[in-house]
Order: sequence, then structure tokens, then C-alpha cells
Amino acid sequence: MSSEQQPTGNSRTGDEYPTDASPDSEVPNEATSISRRRLLSGAGAIGTAFIFGKSTELAAQTEQSSPILDPSSDTSKVLGTPGTELGQRSPHEKISRFLRPGRPWTSGTPHEDLMGTITPSDLHFERHHSGVPAIDPAKYALLIHGMVDRPSVFSLDNLKHFPSVTSVHFLECAGNYPSRPDENTRPSRVAPLLSNSEWTGVPLRILLEEVGVDPDASWLIAEGQDAVKMNRSIPIEKAWDDAMIAYGQNGEPLRPEQGYPARLFNPGWEGNTSIKWLRRIEVTKQPSMTREETVRYSEYTKGNKIRQFSFVMDARSLITSPGYPETIRPGFVQIQGIAWSGRGKISQVEISVDNRKTWQPAILQEPVLSKSCTRFHFPWQWDGEPAVIWSRAKDETGYRQPSLDEHKASRDGRRGYHTNFTVGWNVGADGEVAYYPQEDWKT
Amino acid sequence: MKSPAQLLPKAKIIVAGSGLLFAASFSLGQEAITGSTPEDRIVVTTDQDVAIGIHPGTIEDLHDYRSNPERRSATYNLGRAATEEEISAWDIGVSPDGQGLPAGSGDSKRGAALYALHCAACHGQEGEGIPPNGALVSDGNNGKTIGSYWPYPTTVFDYIRRAMPFGTPGSLSDQEVYSITAFLLYRNDLITEDTVIDANNLPGIKMPNADKFTPDDRESYNYVH
Ligand code: HEC
Repeated sequence: MSSEQQPTGNSRTGDEYPTDASPDSEVPNEATSISRRRLLSGAGAIGTAFIFGKSTELAAQTEQSSPILDPSSDTSKVLGTPGTELGQRSPHEKISRFLRPGRPWTSGTPHEDLMGTITPSDLHFERHHSGVPAIDPAKYALLIHGMVDRPSVFSLDNLKHFPSVTSVHFLECAGNYPSRPDENTRPSRVAPLLSNSEWTGVPLRILLEEVGVDPDASWLIAEGQDAVKMNRSIPIEKAWDDAMIAYGQNGEPLRPEQGYPARLFNPGWEGNTSIKWLRRIEVTKQPSMTREETVRYSEYTKGNKIRQFSFVMDARSLITSPGYPETIRPGFVQIQGIAWSGRGKISQVEISVDNRKTWQPAILQEPVLSKSCTRFHFPWQWDGEPAVIWSRAKDETGYRQPSLDEHKASRDGRRGYHTNFTVGWNVGADGEVAYYPQEDWKT
Repeated sequence: MKSPAQLLPKAKIIVAGSGLLFAASFSLGQEAITGSTPEDRIVVTTDQDVAIGIHPGTIEDLHDYRSNPERRSATYNLGRAATEEEISAWDIGVSPDGQGLPAGSGDSKRGAALYALHCAACHGQEGEGIPPNGALVSDGNNGKTIGSYWPYPTTVFDYIRRAMPFGTPGSLSDQEVYSITAFLLYRNDLITEDTVIDANNLPGIKMPNADKFTPDDRESYNYVH
């Protein structure tokens, strides 16, 4: 393996997905977005279509040729293709995760290309530390031992025969913020390591009760079967709360890169704790103080202290449109995006279209689920004047997503994991939308 | 967040977890982890429960489980007993008190040669790091090196044994891992060049940054209404 192929586990910022300004940080789906932009700005010149509220695509079509009058686009006179064993996306949709050169252990979810709240499984972000192991489900075993009455081995089939639960939750890496965003940072690059899925599995509590847990036990050390044997210490309360051993994702078995055939899933907690390819749980009195929970997923806070076991992901929101590289036209613009909180349900998302002078509530799409992505919409009449638009989330505990200043004050100006401050999008008089750079970090 | 002393006598909810354990272990060192009573280990502030997002009802059920031995029998009779051999094949974890450390020993002189052979290509001859692989040896700045950041010496042994050399983990003997650990601790000025480390003395090696580590404190200041 060449040195360019190494991951950056040693990044000093704590970012898992640094974005730098170099052109090679751009991504496979660039072409799609450029063409969308051309289309939009080209159509912007066609005033009449806009005034009558027609879509830009329709306006562009009318200029060239009408699909209604074009016999070659009429599919109603020929048979379509027969059923297939495996469905495919339309060949016209070039939607994909985005990679970064030299960072083989991560891929990002393209938020601006997605709708609703569920991330299609093949677009769920990836973050692993040594690649995706190839596991034969027939040879899968989960060992539970330590402070238990009956140290046990469970097969995948065993796991599926326990009572199961299904619930929708986001999964977010604690290092989910680019290190050097600039005007050309897209919405997805602001939070690439976030996805939302419906997870199915056995509640961890049920497995622990099955093996009988010593009353003095306080921690669970979960370990994967990847090439770093990824391991994290989990307080046992999480098992009694909502942790599960998941084997299903969006109605089908887990994808390999999501931990096939079974993973730990800790709703609302930093992604690294949800150990993929789970093979061992040791029940103990004390945390193991693994590398990931000491050296890696810890961050400087006030007073030169280092915060450890900061499990919960704080509330955050992301405008997915409009954002770079879109161009908008005066009139109705739907501002939309997603909001999520590791503490529970999103209670409110507020939008500012005047660079944070005033805030107005966005419409939350039902159902609003706990520790899950919620889609928000805000109908905006853009008057054509330059504007900066922002979103901020609140959750049911009363927590509000902080501003950059509030966030920095809470950690003496140092950056690190669990970055969740509000971000803005600059709308120019020409309608071009760019990321609104605001950072000015000490380190 | 309240201090552990304030909470201990009147804590109604007994929760495994973080607050006191960390407060104690961070301020008192190793002894607090191995020497404290079980009660010491499992009391946590209620602020902390909220900070880690645990629903209070589930805490009560856990408490009930702990005080009801009859809840410990198997219900579903799925799975099978694990054998000792299976457990020892997979049980590679090492804890800060040294539990799990294997037999054997090592020193930095043997470690230097092993490091040059197995590690230097990716981490640099002196552990200075080769981007994107960061440094392992502190150059006096605040980076995340073993000397400047790592809070527990046992984690060094554990991580090297479980994950390194990257791509060929498990290819080194325990003896070799001890020596490479000794070499990295020596280069970070944490032990002398000829200290022989083993399961007994490794846990006691003082890590300069350990005191800075604190449990999740977000509830106490980063709560914006
Ligand atoms: C093929 C390149 C390669 C080799 C050889 C290698 N490492 Fe690593 N090392 C890495 C990578 C990559 C990471 C980061 C892994 C991650 O982030 O999960 C790493 C991480 C580490 C870390 C954790 C650093 C931190 O700050 O978190 C230590 C300690 C370490 N290696 C020690 C060693 C030792 C000791 C050896 C020799 C036995 C070794 N490595 C051999 C590539 C290598």
C-alpha cells in the first residue's frame, strides 16, 4: 500500500472528512451539478416562464422542442422493459457517494441530491478504519462474555430469532465537519458523514438478559472483526435504553460497509460507538480506555480540559437547497434541508434570510422521529437582493444549535469533534449561492 | 455538574457509567479504578445521564434488574455456551489497570530495531510521522502524540497489538509488542532507555496528559436555549 493510500487518523483537527481548497477535493458527481446549474441560470433568462410559475426545465424544453409534440419521446406506443430480479436507478440519475483521493476509508452522502429523510442504503456514508471485511454469514459468531452468568456464542440466525425492533435513526460520525470550507463547499461537504436509515435488530438489553449480567457490571466493551478490531466502551445504561444489535437496514440485510452481518447500533451517539462487524461484547466494571475513546474521539473543551465519552450528537441542521453550486431566481424559493438531534426529536427549525437578524420557523415534515433526520421546508419569496440564509435546530430537550461564536466559547476557541454550529449560504444579486465562510480558528 | 462528593450519599439513581469513575480515576490515578468499591464505580450524576441521553425510565429498569437475581435466567434459550478456548482466542482487550496484559516483557533497545523494521516506513524513523500518518513521538507541541496526549500507557500496547502494523495486524508476538511499546514510551520521555516493561509495571507509567481528561461536560455549559 502506498503512503498516499493511508487514512488520516492522525489529523490534528479531529475532522474525519477535511475538505481542502485544492481542486482534487472535488468529487465524482461534479458534472451532474454543473449541468443543473447551467440549466437553471440559462433558464433564468426566460422571464415569462418564471412569471407564470412554470418549471425551468419546461421553459427550456418549450424553447427547443415540445416533448408533447415529439414522437421520439412518446413511450406510450411501445412495450417497456420486463420485470427484473434487481431494480436499478434510472440511467439518467447519476447519484453517488463522493470519495476523496488519498482517503480510502471514507465516503460521503450527497445530501443535496436526496429527498425526504431516508438515505438509500447504497448512499449511506462510510467511515471505517481499515476497510470492509468480507464476512460469511454462516461463519458469523457473536461472543458475549466477561461479567455474565452464561458466556455465550450467538449465530446470525440466533440473533434473528430474538424479539426484534425496527426504528429510524440517523448515524453521524463525530468528525463531521470539513477542516477548510470555502465558498465552493456544497451542503453535503458540510456534513458528509451523516445518514438516516431504518434499522432492525435485537435490543441489546434482551441479549444481556439472556446471558445474565452481574449487578456490579457497568460497561460493555464492543469489538468488531475488521483489521483494527475496532473497539469502544459503552455504559451499560445504553443497552437498557435503546442500543440494538442491528442486522437490517432499510428493509434488507445490512450493507457490508455498514457492518454486515451484524453491528452494534447506538441511536443518537457518535457513529464510532456503533461498532460494525460486531464479534465480541465483554461485560466489565470499567471502560477499556481504547485508542478511539482516548486519543481519537475526544476533544478539548474549556480550561484546557479534554472531553471524553462525549457520546451524544448535539442538534444540528443543514440546508440542502439552495446551496452551492445552485443559482436561484427571484420569486418563490423553497429553502429545505434536514435537522437531527441525538437527544430526541427536533422541536423546531428556524430560518433566517437576513443574515441572522431575524429568525422564522420552518415547516417540519411529519413524522418527526426521535434521534432521526427531520426534513424542513421554508417558503421564501426572494426579492433579488443579496442575502445570507441560515438554519438552526432546536430539540425537545430545549437544546438549540449554537452559533460559531457560542460553539467556540464552549471550547476555548479550539476545534475538534462534535462540531455542530450553524452555517450560512450567501445568495448574490445574480442568484449564485455560495457557502458563507465564517470560521477563524485558533488551531 | 455536581461533584461526586455531593452526590454520593444521596444519589437515588445508581447508574453505571461515567461521572464518579472518571472523576476519581482522573484525579487519583490508577488506584481509584482498581481499589474503589463497586458502589464508587457505579454512581453517576443525574446531569451525566442527561448528557449521555439515557432515558430515566430505563435507568430504573436497570436498577430493578440489578436487584432481582431472578431476572438473570435465560428466556429464549438461543445461542450456546462459549468455551474457554473460544473466549481466550478472541479476548484481546487490555484495561487501564493492566487486566488482559499478556505474559512477556520488552525494552526500548530491542524495540528500536523492531520499530525500524515494522513501523518506520509509515510513521517515520523517529516516530515523527509521515503525512497523512501523524506523529507518534512528541516534539513538544500539543499534537496528539503518545507523550503529549495519550492518557493511558496500556492503550499503547493494546492498540499496537490489535491494529498494527497497519494491514498486517497480529503479525507481531506479545514480546515484540512490549518492546515496541517500550521504545515509543522511551522516545516520548515517559520511561528510561533500559526500563523493562511488563504486565506489572506498564499500567503504572505516568502519562503527562492524563489529568486533562474529563467526562462529558456539555450539559454544564453548552446548553443554549
Ligand atoms: C502500512 C503503514 C503502517 C505501518 C507499517 C504501521 N502503521 Fe501505525 N498507523 C498507520 C495508520 C494508517 C494509522 C491510522 C489508523 C486509523 O486511523 O485507524 C496508524 C496508527 C497508529 C497509531 C495510533 C496513532 C494515533 O495517534 O492515534 C499507533 C500508536 C501506531 N500506528 C503504531 C504503529 C506501530 C508501533 C507500528 C509498527 C509495529 C505501526 N504503527 C506500523 C499506518 C501504519
